[in-house]
Amino acid sequence: MTTEHAAVEIVDMDKYFNQSKPNEVWALDAINLSIETGSFVSLIGPSGCGKSTLLRLMGALTHPTNGQILINGKPADDARTDRDYGMAFQHSGLFKWRTISQNIELPLELMGWGKQDRKARSDELLELIKLPDFGDHYPSELSGGMRQRVAIARSLSFRPSLLLMDEPFGALDEMTREHMQDELLDIWRRTGKTIVFVTHSIPEAVYLSQRVIVLSPRPGRIASDIPVDLGERVFETREDPRFFEKVTQVREALRFEESPQ
Amino acid sequence: MTSREDQTRALQQMERTAATRRTVRRIVVFAVFVVVLGLAYAGYKWFGQSIDDAQTSWPVIGELLPPTDDLTMPPIVDIIAEFAQPPQRNSGKPLGAFIAEAALFTFREAAVGFAFGVVLGLLLAIVMLQSRWLERGMSPYLVASQTIPLVAIAPIIVIWGSNSMTWLPFEWPRWMSVAIIATYLTFFPVAMNGIRGLKATDPASDELMRSYAASRRQTLFKLQLPASVPYLFAAFKIAATAAIVGAIVGEISGGVGGGLGRLILDFASRYTTGPERLYAAVIGAALLGIVAVGLVILAEYLVLAKRHDESTAL
Repeated sequence: MTTEHAAVEIVDMDKYFNQSKPNEVWALDAINLSIETGSFVSLIGPSGCGKSTLLRLMGALTHPTNGQILINGKPADDARTDRDYGMAFQHSGLFKWRTISQNIELPLELMGWGKQDRKARSDELLELIKLPDFGDHYPSELSGGMRQRVAIARSLSFRPSLLLMDEPFGALDEMTREHMQDELLDIWRRTGKTIVFVTHSIPEAVYLSQRVIVLSPRPGRIASDIPVDLGERVFETREDPRFFEKVTQVREALRFEESPQ
Repeated sequence: MTSREDQTRALQQMERTAATRRTVRRIVVFAVFVVVLGLAYAGYKWFGQSIDDAQTSWPVIGELLPPTDDLTMPPIVDIIAEFAQPPQRNSGKPLGAFIAEAALFTFREAAVGFAFGVVLGLLLAIVMLQSRWLERGMSPYLVASQTIPLVAIAPIIVIWGSNSMTWLPFEWPRWMSVAIIATYLTFFPVAMNGIRGLKATDPASDELMRSYAASRRQTLFKLQLPASVPYLFAAFKIAATAAIVGAIVGEISGGVGGGLGRLILDFASRYTTGPERLYAAVIGAALLGIVAVGLVILAEYLVLAKRHDESTAL
Protein backbone atom coordinates (compact mmCIF):
# COMPACT_ATOMS: atom_id res chain seq x y z
CA MET A 1 0.00 0.00 0.00
CA THR A 2 1.24 3.43 -0.85
CA THR A 3 1.21 5.85 2.00
CA GLU A 4 1.66 9.01 -0.02
CA HIS A 5 -2.04 8.83 -0.88
CA ALA A 6 -4.68 10.08 1.51
CA ALA A 7 -6.95 7.34 2.83
CA VAL A 8 -9.94 9.19 1.44
CA GLU A 9 -9.84 11.89 -1.21
CA ILE A 10 -13.11 13.42 -2.38
CA VAL A 11 -13.05 16.06 -5.11
CA ASP A 12 -15.99 18.28 -6.12
CA MET A 13 -18.52 15.59 -5.47
CA ASP A 14 -22.30 15.97 -5.76
CA LYS A 15 -24.86 13.31 -5.08
CA TYR A 16 -28.43 13.27 -6.32
CA PHE A 17 -30.89 10.45 -5.82
CA ASN A 18 -33.38 9.79 -8.63
CA GLN A 19 -31.83 12.50 -10.76
CA SER A 20 -34.24 14.31 -13.14
CA LYS A 21 -37.19 12.37 -11.81
CA PRO A 22 -40.06 13.97 -9.86
CA ASN A 23 -38.75 12.47 -6.63
CA GLU A 24 -35.24 13.84 -7.10
CA VAL A 25 -33.28 14.44 -3.89
CA TRP A 26 -30.19 16.58 -3.76
CA ALA A 27 -28.25 14.81 -1.04
CA LEU A 28 -24.72 16.22 -1.13
CA ASP A 29 -23.29 19.36 -2.65
CA ALA A 30 -19.72 20.13 -3.68
CA ILE A 31 -17.96 17.90 -1.19
CA ASN A 32 -14.20 18.29 -1.01
CA LEU A 33 -12.60 16.21 1.68
CA SER A 34 -9.25 14.66 2.31
CA ILE A 35 -8.72 12.21 5.15
CA GLU A 36 -5.20 11.43 6.18
CA THR A 37 -4.13 7.82 6.57
CA GLY A 38 -4.25 6.71 10.19
CA SER A 39 -6.53 9.46 11.41
CA PHE A 40 -9.83 9.27 13.23
CA VAL A 41 -12.43 11.53 11.64
CA SER A 42 -16.07 11.97 12.61
CA LEU A 43 -18.92 13.10 10.36
CA ILE A 44 -21.73 14.87 12.18
CA GLY A 45 -24.78 16.76 11.02
CA PRO A 46 -28.53 17.09 11.36
CA SER A 47 -30.51 13.99 10.46
CA GLY A 48 -31.05 13.61 6.75
CA CYS A 49 -27.99 15.70 5.91
CA GLY A 50 -26.40 12.89 3.97
CA LYS A 51 -23.67 11.82 6.37
CA SER A 52 -24.53 8.16 5.99
CA THR A 53 -24.74 8.65 2.24
CA LEU A 54 -21.26 10.15 2.29
CA LEU A 55 -19.99 7.08 4.13
CA ARG A 56 -21.73 4.73 1.70
CA LEU A 57 -20.20 6.68 -1.18
CA MET A 58 -16.74 6.07 0.31
CA GLY A 59 -17.60 2.37 0.44
CA ALA A 60 -18.80 2.42 -3.20
CA LEU A 61 -22.18 1.12 -2.06
CA THR A 62 -23.63 4.03 -4.00
CA HIS A 63 -22.00 6.20 -6.64
CA PRO A 64 -21.42 9.96 -6.94
CA THR A 65 -23.41 11.93 -9.50
CA ASN A 66 -20.50 14.29 -10.17
CA GLY A 67 -16.94 14.39 -8.95
CA GLN A 68 -14.59 11.74 -7.79
CA ILE A 69 -13.83 9.61 -4.75
CA LEU A 70 -10.45 8.01 -4.27
CA ILE A 71 -9.74 5.49 -1.51
CA ASN A 72 -6.03 4.86 -0.95
CA GLY A 73 -5.45 6.60 -4.26
CA LYS A 74 -7.77 4.43 -6.34
CA PRO A 75 -11.42 4.68 -7.41
CA ALA A 76 -13.82 3.67 -4.62
CA ASP A 77 -15.16 0.70 -6.62
CA ASP A 78 -11.68 -0.75 -6.98
CA ALA A 79 -11.09 -0.22 -3.29
CA ARG A 80 -14.26 -2.18 -2.58
CA THR A 81 -13.27 -5.11 -4.77
CA ASP A 82 -9.74 -4.94 -3.28
CA ARG A 83 -11.36 -5.09 0.16
CA ASP A 84 -9.60 -1.96 1.35
CA TYR A 85 -12.23 -1.08 3.91
CA GLY A 86 -14.35 -2.72 6.58
CA MET A 87 -17.79 -1.49 7.52
CA ALA A 88 -19.83 -1.44 10.72
CA PHE A 89 -23.41 -0.27 11.01
CA GLN A 90 -25.75 0.91 13.75
CA HIS A 91 -27.24 -2.56 13.94
CA SER A 92 -24.55 -5.13 14.34
CA GLY A 93 -26.00 -7.09 11.42
CA LEU A 94 -24.58 -10.36 12.69
CA PHE A 95 -25.98 -13.44 10.99
CA LYS A 96 -28.06 -15.16 13.64
CA TRP A 97 -27.46 -18.62 12.17
CA ARG A 98 -23.72 -18.27 12.68
CA THR A 99 -21.80 -18.47 15.92
CA ILE A 100 -19.76 -15.48 17.02
CA SER A 101 -16.56 -16.99 15.60
CA GLN A 102 -18.30 -17.84 12.34
CA ASN A 103 -19.59 -14.29 12.10
CA ILE A 104 -16.11 -12.85 12.57
CA GLU A 105 -14.77 -15.30 10.01
CA LEU A 106 -17.45 -14.53 7.40
CA PRO A 107 -15.35 -12.06 5.36
CA LEU A 108 -12.36 -14.40 5.60
CA GLU A 109 -14.46 -17.26 4.24
CA LEU A 110 -15.53 -15.09 1.32
CA MET A 111 -11.89 -14.25 0.68
CA GLY A 112 -10.91 -17.88 0.67
CA TRP A 113 -8.81 -18.08 3.82
CA GLY A 114 -8.03 -21.58 5.08
CA LYS A 115 -9.82 -22.96 8.09
CA GLN A 116 -6.80 -22.82 10.43
CA ASP A 117 -5.95 -19.25 9.51
CA ARG A 118 -9.55 -18.20 10.02
CA LYS A 119 -9.69 -19.80 13.43
CA ALA A 120 -6.41 -18.21 14.49
CA ARG A 121 -7.60 -14.82 13.33
CA SER A 122 -11.01 -15.01 15.03
CA ASP A 123 -9.39 -16.16 18.30
CA GLU A 124 -7.05 -13.20 18.09
CA LEU A 125 -9.95 -10.82 17.50
CA LEU A 126 -12.05 -12.32 20.29
CA GLU A 127 -9.14 -11.46 22.59
CA LEU A 128 -8.99 -7.95 21.15
CA ILE A 129 -12.68 -7.30 21.78
CA LYS A 130 -12.41 -8.99 25.20
CA LEU A 131 -14.89 -11.77 24.48
CA PRO A 132 -12.49 -14.73 24.41
CA ASP A 133 -15.03 -17.27 25.68
CA PHE A 134 -17.89 -16.38 23.40
CA GLY A 135 -16.72 -17.85 20.10
CA ASP A 136 -19.22 -20.68 20.12
CA HIS A 137 -22.19 -18.64 21.26
CA TYR A 138 -24.92 -17.37 18.97
CA PRO A 139 -25.61 -13.64 18.56
CA SER A 140 -28.97 -13.92 20.34
CA GLU A 141 -27.10 -14.91 23.51
CA LEU A 142 -25.12 -11.67 23.61
CA SER A 143 -26.04 -8.19 24.80
CA GLY A 144 -26.28 -5.29 22.36
CA GLY A 145 -22.86 -3.95 23.32
CA MET A 146 -21.22 -7.34 22.95
CA ARG A 147 -22.78 -7.82 19.53
CA GLN A 148 -21.52 -4.44 18.42
CA ARG A 149 -18.00 -5.41 19.49
CA VAL A 150 -18.31 -8.57 17.41
CA ALA A 151 -19.40 -6.47 14.43
CA ILE A 152 -16.29 -4.35 14.87
CA ALA A 153 -14.13 -7.46 15.10
CA ARG A 154 -15.74 -8.71 11.89
CA SER A 155 -14.91 -5.46 10.11
CA LEU A 156 -11.31 -5.74 11.32
CA SER A 157 -10.90 -9.43 10.51
CA PHE A 158 -9.38 -9.08 7.04
CA ARG A 159 -7.13 -6.22 8.13
CA PRO A 160 -8.55 -3.45 5.97
CA SER A 161 -6.67 -0.17 6.28
CA LEU A 162 -9.89 1.83 6.52
CA LEU A 163 -12.89 1.43 8.80
CA LEU A 164 -16.19 3.02 7.82
CA MET A 165 -18.53 3.15 10.80
CA ASP A 166 -22.13 4.31 10.59
CA GLU A 167 -23.39 5.18 14.09
CA PRO A 168 -22.14 1.88 15.44
CA PHE A 169 -22.97 2.83 19.04
CA GLY A 170 -26.24 4.59 18.22
CA ALA A 171 -28.44 1.87 19.68
CA LEU A 172 -26.50 1.45 22.93
CA ASP A 173 -27.21 2.90 26.35
CA GLU A 174 -25.01 5.73 27.57
CA MET A 175 -22.78 3.66 29.89
CA THR A 176 -22.12 0.91 27.38
CA ARG A 177 -21.54 3.57 24.79
CA GLU A 178 -18.78 5.33 26.72
CA HIS A 179 -17.17 1.99 27.43
CA MET A 180 -17.31 1.08 23.73
CA GLN A 181 -15.80 4.42 22.75
CA ASP A 182 -12.77 3.71 24.92
CA GLU A 183 -12.46 0.25 23.44
CA LEU A 184 -12.67 1.59 19.91
CA LEU A 185 -9.96 4.16 20.66
CA ASP A 186 -7.85 1.38 22.10
CA ILE A 187 -8.30 -0.70 18.94
CA TRP A 188 -7.53 2.34 16.80
CA ARG A 189 -4.32 3.06 18.72
CA ARG A 190 -3.22 -0.54 18.51
CA THR A 191 -4.05 -1.16 14.86
CA GLY A 192 -3.36 2.24 13.33
CA LYS A 193 -6.41 2.11 11.04
CA THR A 194 -8.00 5.11 9.43
CA ILE A 195 -11.47 5.45 10.92
CA VAL A 196 -14.34 7.45 9.45
CA PHE A 197 -17.10 7.57 12.02
CA VAL A 198 -20.63 8.82 11.44
CA THR A 199 -22.47 9.91 14.57
CA HIS A 200 -25.18 12.29 15.71
CA SER A 201 -23.73 12.63 19.19
CA ILE A 202 -21.58 15.73 19.65
CA PRO A 203 -19.67 14.51 22.75
CA GLU A 204 -19.02 11.20 21.00
CA ALA A 205 -17.59 12.95 17.94
CA VAL A 206 -15.38 15.20 20.08
CA TYR A 207 -14.22 12.44 22.39
CA LEU A 208 -13.27 10.03 19.62
CA SER A 209 -11.86 12.07 16.79
CA GLN A 210 -8.94 14.16 15.76
CA ARG A 211 -11.18 15.99 13.36
CA VAL A 212 -14.92 16.63 13.33
CA ILE A 213 -16.51 17.36 9.95
CA VAL A 214 -19.83 19.20 10.34
CA LEU A 215 -22.34 18.81 7.53
CA SER A 216 -25.13 21.27 6.81
CA PRO A 217 -28.78 20.26 6.36
CA ARG A 218 -29.70 18.84 2.97
CA PRO A 219 -28.13 19.23 0.52
CA GLY A 220 -25.20 18.36 2.75
CA ARG A 221 -22.21 20.64 2.46
CA ILE A 222 -19.13 20.67 4.61
CA ALA A 223 -20.05 23.49 6.99
CA SER A 224 -17.01 23.28 9.26
CA ASP A 225 -13.94 21.20 9.71
CA ILE A 226 -12.96 21.30 13.37
CA PRO A 227 -9.63 19.88 14.55
CA VAL A 228 -9.75 18.33 18.01
CA ASP A 229 -6.57 18.11 20.02
CA LEU A 230 -7.25 16.72 23.43
CA GLY A 231 -4.26 14.41 23.69
CA GLU A 232 -4.74 10.91 24.99
CA ARG A 233 -8.32 10.26 26.06
CA VAL A 234 -8.66 9.25 29.68
CA PHE A 235 -11.56 9.12 32.12
CA GLU A 236 -11.03 12.79 33.04
CA THR A 237 -11.10 13.93 29.40
CA ARG A 238 -14.90 13.98 29.47
CA GLU A 239 -14.73 16.37 32.43
CA ASP A 240 -12.01 18.59 30.99
CA PRO A 241 -12.98 22.22 30.26
CA ARG A 242 -11.19 21.92 26.90
CA PHE A 243 -13.50 19.00 26.07
CA PHE A 244 -16.53 21.17 26.79
CA GLU A 245 -15.04 23.98 24.74
CA LYS A 246 -14.82 21.68 21.74
CA VAL A 247 -18.33 20.34 22.35
CA THR A 248 -19.58 23.92 22.41
CA GLN A 249 -17.69 24.75 19.25
CA VAL A 250 -19.26 21.81 17.40
CA ARG A 251 -22.68 22.68 18.82
CA GLU A 252 -22.34 26.22 17.52
CA ALA A 253 -21.24 24.93 14.14
CA LEU A 254 -24.39 22.80 14.05
CA ARG A 255 -26.66 25.79 14.62
CA PHE A 256 -28.13 26.27 11.18
CA GLU A 257 -30.81 28.78 10.37
CA GLU A 258 -34.24 27.26 9.99
CA SER A 259 -34.62 26.88 6.29
CA PRO A 260 -38.15 27.49 5.00
CA GLN A 261 -39.53 24.13 3.97
CA MET B 1 -16.98 -12.01 32.25
CA THR B 2 -17.67 -15.41 33.80
CA SER B 3 -20.78 -14.11 35.48
CA ARG B 4 -21.97 -12.95 32.09
CA GLU B 5 -21.34 -16.36 30.70
CA ASP B 6 -23.26 -17.89 33.58
CA GLN B 7 -26.07 -15.56 32.76
CA THR B 8 -26.22 -16.64 29.15
CA ARG B 9 -26.08 -20.28 30.27
CA ALA B 10 -29.00 -19.71 32.62
CA LEU B 11 -30.85 -17.96 29.82
CA GLN B 12 -30.26 -20.89 27.48
CA GLN B 13 -31.50 -23.28 30.14
CA MET B 14 -34.64 -21.21 30.58
CA GLU B 15 -35.27 -21.15 26.86
CA ARG B 16 -34.89 -24.89 26.68
CA THR B 17 -37.44 -25.51 29.44
CA ALA B 18 -39.75 -23.01 27.76
CA ALA B 19 -39.42 -24.94 24.50
CA THR B 20 -40.23 -28.24 26.21
CA ARG B 21 -43.21 -26.65 27.89
CA ARG B 22 -44.42 -25.34 24.52
CA THR B 23 -44.15 -28.81 22.99
CA VAL B 24 -46.06 -30.43 25.85
CA ARG B 25 -48.71 -27.75 25.62
CA ARG B 26 -49.05 -28.30 21.89
CA ILE B 27 -49.57 -32.02 22.38
CA VAL B 28 -52.14 -31.47 25.16
CA VAL B 29 -54.03 -28.93 23.03
CA PHE B 30 -54.08 -31.40 20.16
CA ALA B 31 -55.34 -34.25 22.36
CA VAL B 32 -58.07 -32.01 23.79
CA PHE B 33 -59.03 -31.01 20.25
CA VAL B 34 -59.37 -34.66 19.18
CA VAL B 35 -61.50 -35.47 22.24
CA VAL B 36 -63.74 -32.44 21.65
CA LEU B 37 -64.15 -33.44 18.01
CA GLY B 38 -65.12 -36.98 19.05
CA LEU B 39 -67.57 -35.66 21.64
CA ALA B 40 -69.14 -33.32 19.08
CA TYR B 41 -69.58 -36.22 16.67
CA ALA B 42 -71.10 -38.44 19.32
CA GLY B 43 -73.22 -35.61 20.74
CA TYR B 44 -74.65 -34.72 17.32
CA LYS B 45 -75.40 -38.36 16.63
CA TRP B 46 -77.08 -38.83 20.01
CA PHE B 47 -79.14 -35.65 19.51
CA GLY B 48 -80.31 -36.67 16.03
CA GLN B 49 -81.22 -40.14 17.17
CA SER B 50 -83.18 -38.90 20.17
CA ILE B 51 -85.26 -36.82 17.76
CA ASP B 52 -85.78 -39.90 15.58
CA ASP B 53 -86.76 -41.98 18.56
CA ALA B 54 -89.22 -39.34 19.71
CA GLN B 55 -90.89 -39.61 16.27
CA THR B 56 -90.92 -35.85 15.93
CA SER B 57 -90.30 -34.73 12.42
CA TRP B 58 -87.75 -32.01 12.75
CA PRO B 59 -86.61 -31.11 9.26
CA VAL B 60 -83.12 -29.82 10.07
CA ILE B 61 -81.25 -33.04 10.78
CA GLY B 62 -81.32 -35.39 7.83
CA GLU B 63 -82.32 -32.70 5.38
CA LEU B 64 -80.23 -29.64 6.02
CA LEU B 65 -77.59 -31.36 8.14
CA PRO B 66 -76.33 -34.92 7.56
CA PRO B 67 -78.55 -37.71 8.87
CA THR B 68 -77.40 -39.50 12.01
CA ASP B 69 -78.22 -43.10 11.18
CA ASP B 70 -75.48 -45.73 11.56
CA LEU B 71 -74.83 -45.90 7.82
CA THR B 72 -73.97 -42.20 7.53
CA MET B 73 -72.42 -41.82 10.94
CA PRO B 74 -71.26 -45.12 12.38
CA PRO B 75 -70.76 -44.95 16.16
CA ILE B 76 -67.24 -44.00 17.22
CA VAL B 77 -66.88 -47.18 19.24
CA ASP B 78 -67.61 -49.22 16.11
CA ILE B 79 -65.05 -47.27 14.08
CA ILE B 80 -62.39 -47.84 16.71
CA ALA B 81 -63.33 -51.50 17.04
CA GLU B 82 -63.12 -51.90 13.28
CA PHE B 83 -59.35 -51.32 13.39
CA ALA B 84 -58.97 -54.68 15.14
CA GLN B 85 -61.32 -56.58 12.78
CA PRO B 86 -60.01 -58.30 9.66
CA PRO B 87 -61.52 -56.52 6.63
CA GLN B 88 -62.04 -59.79 4.76
CA ARG B 89 -63.44 -62.91 6.28
CA ASN B 90 -60.61 -65.16 5.09
CA SER B 91 -57.73 -62.96 6.20
CA GLY B 92 -56.40 -62.95 9.71
CA LYS B 93 -54.82 -59.54 9.50
CA PRO B 94 -56.75 -56.79 11.30
CA LEU B 95 -57.82 -53.67 9.41
CA GLY B 96 -55.41 -51.57 11.45
CA ALA B 97 -52.46 -53.49 10.03
CA PHE B 98 -53.83 -53.12 6.48
CA ILE B 99 -54.15 -49.39 6.96
CA ALA B 100 -50.70 -49.10 8.50
CA GLU B 101 -49.11 -50.96 5.57
CA ALA B 102 -50.99 -48.87 3.06
CA ALA B 103 -50.03 -45.70 4.94
CA LEU B 104 -46.37 -46.71 4.83
CA PHE B 105 -46.63 -47.30 1.07
CA THR B 106 -48.27 -43.90 0.57
CA PHE B 107 -45.75 -42.29 2.91
CA ARG B 108 -42.89 -43.52 0.73
CA GLU B 109 -44.46 -41.98 -2.38
CA ALA B 110 -45.18 -38.76 -0.52
CA ALA B 111 -41.67 -38.57 0.98
CA VAL B 112 -39.97 -39.05 -2.38
CA GLY B 113 -42.40 -36.56 -3.95
CA PHE B 114 -41.70 -34.12 -1.13
CA ALA B 115 -37.94 -34.42 -1.61
CA PHE B 116 -38.23 -33.89 -5.39
CA GLY B 117 -40.62 -31.01 -4.82
CA VAL B 118 -38.29 -29.30 -2.37
CA VAL B 119 -35.34 -29.54 -4.75
CA LEU B 120 -37.39 -28.42 -7.76
CA GLY B 121 -39.07 -25.60 -5.81
CA LEU B 122 -35.75 -24.31 -4.49
CA LEU B 123 -34.17 -24.42 -7.94
CA LEU B 124 -37.11 -22.47 -9.39
CA ALA B 125 -36.87 -19.92 -6.56
CA ILE B 126 -33.13 -19.47 -7.17
CA VAL B 127 -33.71 -19.06 -10.91
CA MET B 128 -36.43 -16.47 -10.26
CA LEU B 129 -34.13 -14.64 -7.87
CA GLN B 130 -31.71 -13.92 -10.70
CA SER B 131 -33.85 -11.25 -12.32
CA ARG B 132 -37.13 -9.51 -11.83
CA TRP B 133 -38.04 -10.33 -15.43
CA LEU B 134 -37.54 -14.02 -14.88
CA GLU B 135 -39.71 -13.84 -11.79
CA ARG B 136 -42.43 -11.89 -13.56
CA GLY B 137 -42.27 -14.21 -16.53
CA MET B 138 -42.31 -17.44 -14.61
CA SER B 139 -44.64 -16.94 -11.68
CA PRO B 140 -47.91 -16.81 -13.72
CA TYR B 141 -47.01 -20.19 -15.21
CA LEU B 142 -46.25 -21.62 -11.78
CA VAL B 143 -49.64 -20.44 -10.56
CA ALA B 144 -51.32 -21.78 -13.70
CA SER B 145 -49.64 -25.16 -13.21
CA GLN B 146 -51.55 -25.53 -9.96
CA THR B 147 -54.93 -24.91 -11.57
CA ILE B 148 -54.62 -27.98 -13.80
CA PRO B 149 -56.64 -30.70 -12.08
CA LEU B 150 -54.44 -33.44 -10.69
CA VAL B 151 -56.98 -36.03 -11.83
CA ALA B 152 -56.25 -35.03 -15.42
CA ILE B 153 -52.49 -35.29 -15.30
CA ALA B 154 -52.16 -38.28 -12.98
CA PRO B 155 -52.93 -40.95 -15.61
CA ILE B 156 -50.64 -39.20 -18.08
CA ILE B 157 -47.75 -39.33 -15.63
CA VAL B 158 -48.40 -42.98 -14.78
CA ILE B 159 -48.53 -44.00 -18.45
CA TRP B 160 -45.50 -41.87 -19.29
CA GLY B 161 -43.61 -43.42 -16.40
CA SER B 162 -44.21 -47.03 -17.37
CA ASN B 163 -43.93 -46.51 -21.14
CA SER B 164 -41.02 -44.11 -21.45
CA MET B 165 -38.76 -45.01 -18.55
CA THR B 166 -37.73 -48.27 -20.22
CA TRP B 167 -34.15 -47.06 -20.70
CA LEU B 168 -33.55 -47.24 -16.96
CA PRO B 169 -31.40 -50.14 -15.76
CA PHE B 170 -34.24 -51.10 -13.42
CA GLU B 171 -37.95 -51.29 -13.99
CA TRP B 172 -39.74 -48.01 -13.31
CA PRO B 173 -41.85 -48.73 -10.24
CA ARG B 174 -45.41 -47.49 -10.51
CA TRP B 175 -45.21 -45.81 -7.14
CA MET B 176 -42.51 -43.52 -8.56
CA SER B 177 -45.12 -42.09 -10.91
CA VAL B 178 -47.27 -41.32 -7.89
CA ALA B 179 -44.26 -39.68 -6.24
CA ILE B 180 -43.95 -37.43 -9.29
CA ILE B 181 -47.63 -36.55 -9.00
CA ALA B 182 -46.96 -35.58 -5.37
CA THR B 183 -43.98 -33.50 -6.56
CA TYR B 184 -46.38 -31.56 -8.73
CA LEU B 185 -48.18 -30.33 -5.62
CA THR B 186 -45.13 -29.80 -3.41
CA PHE B 187 -42.80 -27.74 -5.57
CA PHE B 188 -45.26 -24.84 -5.72
CA PRO B 189 -45.36 -23.70 -2.07
CA VAL B 190 -41.60 -24.23 -1.81
CA ALA B 191 -40.91 -22.09 -4.90
CA MET B 192 -43.29 -19.33 -3.83
CA ASN B 193 -42.19 -19.11 -0.19
CA GLY B 194 -38.60 -19.72 -1.26
CA ILE B 195 -38.46 -16.66 -3.49
CA ARG B 196 -40.03 -14.60 -0.69
CA GLY B 197 -37.50 -15.88 1.81
CA LEU B 198 -34.52 -15.37 -0.49
CA LYS B 199 -35.58 -11.77 -0.99
CA ALA B 200 -36.32 -11.14 2.68
CA THR B 201 -32.73 -10.47 3.72
CA ASP B 202 -32.35 -7.20 5.54
CA PRO B 203 -30.82 -4.37 3.50
CA ALA B 204 -27.91 -3.94 5.93
CA SER B 205 -26.87 -7.56 5.35
CA ASP B 206 -27.07 -7.04 1.59
CA GLU B 207 -24.81 -4.01 1.88
CA LEU B 208 -22.45 -5.90 4.12
CA MET B 209 -22.05 -8.60 1.48
CA ARG B 210 -21.53 -5.95 -1.18
CA SER B 211 -18.92 -4.25 0.98
CA TYR B 212 -17.04 -7.57 1.00
CA ALA B 213 -17.35 -7.69 -2.79
CA ALA B 214 -19.05 -11.07 -2.37
CA SER B 215 -20.07 -12.87 -5.54
CA ARG B 216 -23.70 -13.71 -6.30
CA ARG B 217 -23.07 -17.31 -5.47
CA GLN B 218 -21.44 -16.44 -2.15
CA THR B 219 -24.34 -14.13 -1.29
CA LEU B 220 -26.78 -16.93 -2.13
CA PHE B 221 -25.10 -19.56 -0.01
CA LYS B 222 -23.84 -17.46 2.89
CA LEU B 223 -26.75 -15.06 3.25
CA GLN B 224 -29.89 -15.62 1.21
CA LEU B 225 -30.37 -19.35 1.67
CA PRO B 226 -29.70 -19.41 5.43
CA ALA B 227 -31.91 -16.34 5.89
CA SER B 228 -34.78 -18.01 4.04
CA VAL B 229 -34.81 -21.14 6.23
CA PRO B 230 -37.77 -20.00 8.41
CA TYR B 231 -39.76 -19.24 5.24
CA LEU B 232 -38.82 -22.61 3.79
CA PHE B 233 -40.03 -24.47 6.86
CA ALA B 234 -43.37 -22.68 6.62
CA ALA B 235 -43.53 -23.93 3.04
CA PHE B 236 -42.42 -27.44 4.01
CA LYS B 237 -45.38 -27.76 6.36
CA ILE B 238 -47.79 -26.95 3.53
CA ALA B 239 -45.80 -29.13 1.15
CA ALA B 240 -45.84 -32.11 3.54
CA THR B 241 -49.63 -32.25 3.63
CA ALA B 242 -49.81 -31.50 -0.08
CA ALA B 243 -47.49 -34.45 -0.75
CA ILE B 244 -49.79 -36.82 1.18
CA VAL B 245 -52.89 -35.51 -0.61
CA GLY B 246 -51.05 -35.69 -3.94
CA ALA B 247 -49.97 -39.27 -3.30
CA ILE B 248 -53.49 -40.42 -2.32
CA VAL B 249 -55.17 -38.65 -5.24
CA GLY B 250 -52.39 -39.85 -7.54
CA GLU B 251 -52.94 -43.47 -6.48
CA ILE B 252 -56.66 -43.19 -7.09
CA SER B 253 -56.57 -41.44 -10.43
CA GLY B 254 -53.49 -43.25 -11.67
CA GLY B 255 -54.84 -46.62 -10.66
CA VAL B 256 -51.85 -47.54 -8.50
CA GLY B 257 -52.55 -50.08 -5.78
CA GLY B 258 -50.91 -50.73 -2.44
CA GLY B 259 -51.51 -47.41 -0.74
CA LEU B 260 -54.21 -45.55 1.12
CA GLY B 261 -55.72 -44.28 -2.14
CA ARG B 262 -56.63 -47.74 -3.35
CA LEU B 263 -57.82 -48.68 0.13
CA ILE B 264 -60.10 -45.66 0.32
CA LEU B 265 -61.43 -46.39 -3.16
CA ASP B 266 -62.14 -50.02 -2.21
CA PHE B 267 -63.86 -49.18 1.03
CA ALA B 268 -65.88 -46.43 -0.62
CA SER B 269 -67.24 -48.81 -3.23
CA ARG B 270 -68.24 -51.25 -0.49
CA TYR B 271 -69.47 -48.52 1.81
CA THR B 272 -72.95 -49.88 2.48
CA THR B 273 -71.60 -53.15 3.84
CA GLY B 274 -69.18 -51.46 6.24
CA PRO B 275 -69.04 -47.70 6.57
CA GLU B 276 -66.68 -48.05 9.55
CA ARG B 277 -63.92 -49.26 7.24
CA LEU B 278 -63.95 -46.08 5.18
CA TYR B 279 -63.98 -43.98 8.32
CA ALA B 280 -61.03 -45.95 9.66
CA ALA B 281 -59.08 -45.49 6.42
CA VAL B 282 -59.78 -41.76 6.42
CA ILE B 283 -58.57 -41.52 10.03
CA GLY B 284 -55.45 -43.38 8.90
CA ALA B 285 -54.88 -40.83 6.14
CA ALA B 286 -55.36 -37.97 8.60
CA LEU B 287 -52.87 -39.53 11.02
CA LEU B 288 -50.37 -39.88 8.19
CA GLY B 289 -50.73 -36.19 7.40
CA ILE B 290 -50.20 -35.31 11.07
CA VAL B 291 -47.08 -37.49 11.23
CA ALA B 292 -45.71 -35.83 8.08
CA VAL B 293 -46.23 -32.31 9.44
CA GLY B 294 -44.89 -33.46 12.83
CA LEU B 295 -41.66 -34.60 11.19
CA VAL B 296 -41.26 -31.21 9.52
CA ILE B 297 -41.85 -29.42 12.82
CA LEU B 298 -39.28 -31.65 14.51
CA ALA B 299 -36.72 -30.88 11.79
CA GLU B 300 -37.52 -27.19 12.09
CA TYR B 301 -36.99 -27.31 15.83
CA LEU B 302 -33.65 -29.05 15.44
CA VAL B 303 -32.44 -26.55 12.84
CA LEU B 304 -33.80 -23.33 14.29
CA ALA B 305 -33.47 -23.99 18.03
CA LYS B 306 -29.76 -23.28 17.81
CA ARG B 307 -30.14 -19.87 16.34
CA HIS B 308 -32.98 -19.00 18.72
CA ASP B 309 -35.04 -17.93 15.81
CA GLU B 310 -38.71 -17.27 16.24
CA SER B 311 -40.11 -20.48 14.94
CA THR B 312 -43.13 -20.30 12.70
CA ALA B 313 -44.26 -23.68 14.03
CA LEU B 314 -47.97 -24.28 14.36
